[in-house]
Amino acid sequence: MIVRVMAEGQYRLDEGHHARLDELDDLVVARVEAGDEAGYITAFSELLSFVRESGEALGPDDLEGSDFMLPPADLSFEEAGNEFTGEGLIPDPPA
Amino acid sequence: MAGTSGRFTTVIKAKINKMLDKAEDPGETLDYSYQKQLESLQGVKKGIADVVTAKKRLQMQTSKLEQSVVKLDTQARTAMGQGNEELARMALERKNVAQTELQGLDQQVTELEAQQQKLIESEQKLRTKIESFRTKKEVIKAQYNAAEAQVRISEAATGVGEEMADVGLAMQRAVDKTENMRARADAVGELEAAGTFDDITALGDGQDDIDRQLHQLSSQSAVDDDLAKMRAELGQGTPPPPASPQIEKGEGAA
Repeated sequence: MIVRVMAEGQYRLDEGHHARLDELDDLVVARVEAGDEAGYITAFSELLSFVRESGEALGPDDLEGSDFMLPPADLSFEEAGNEFTGEGLIPDPPA
Repeated sequence: MAGTSGRFTTVIKAKINKMLDKAEDPGETLDYSYQKQLESLQGVKKGIADVVTAKKRLQMQTSKLEQSVVKLDTQARTAMGQGNEELARMALERKNVAQTELQGLDQQVTELEAQQQKLIESEQKLRTKIESFRTKKEVIKAQYNAAEAQVRISEAATGVGEEMADVGLAMQRAVDKTENMRARADAVGELEAAGTFDDITALGDGQDDIDRQLHQLSSQSAVDDDLAKMRAELGQGTPPPPASPQIEKGEGAA
């Protein structure tokens, strides 16, 4: 699967990482919904680090569309309220 | 199991669809978009230059103040040497005000420095993204010209459209940040022009009457300390007897 971190770039991740990605995404939603700003900052940066570290950056001449898109790393807590709601940005992996 | 989309994703998808709808000649659309990106990058660079200018102004202000601190200190010593404690006190009071202003200025210079650093970072990131977009657009233009399989082109168009929308988003955020910082840099220039630096740096925002009095008291005691130090240095153990009428009048009555 291909994940885009907006304003940054695209990463190709192994399908097996979907569950962990979903977990980290849900954690961000939980922190945002709890109004926990410090917790949100940690959780969101953990989510992005996971994508960067377990994925492989796509080259500049790669023209594939992304399966999932994550907001830019400098997303403020206020903005996060519009992004991380309900199921989050990563849907559950297929059963 | 439809995943919910955040606002950013929705905006990007809308932009991709818009681009695909009217992409009769994707080459032209992509080239135009690339030109716009380069223009915006210039705007960010200009923002950095403005912050640097504001910082330089503040640094000049700082060195002027440092000079007055030295001068006022010398004046106070001279006055004490002449036995004119009243005049020495006045000089030390001014020196104290200048020192407080200096602290405020130092803080502002540090803040501007940090802003400058942030802007430089986002300019570099942006430059990398624009370069990556340029590569992608050339790839898709070549594919289009070679009239390769239509399906492949439409998939690639989605990819390049996504990149285009994403560069647009990165650009928008960098431009917003730049505007904020430029506004702050402008504010520094205006303050300086209006000569209001003194008031603002001497007493920070939101201070009330008690704060002012406390500040006065502590500055008073700093001045007293300085006077005592000078007395000790000059070997005057106790306050000197009242100055002779001649010296006192020398200052005020002229």
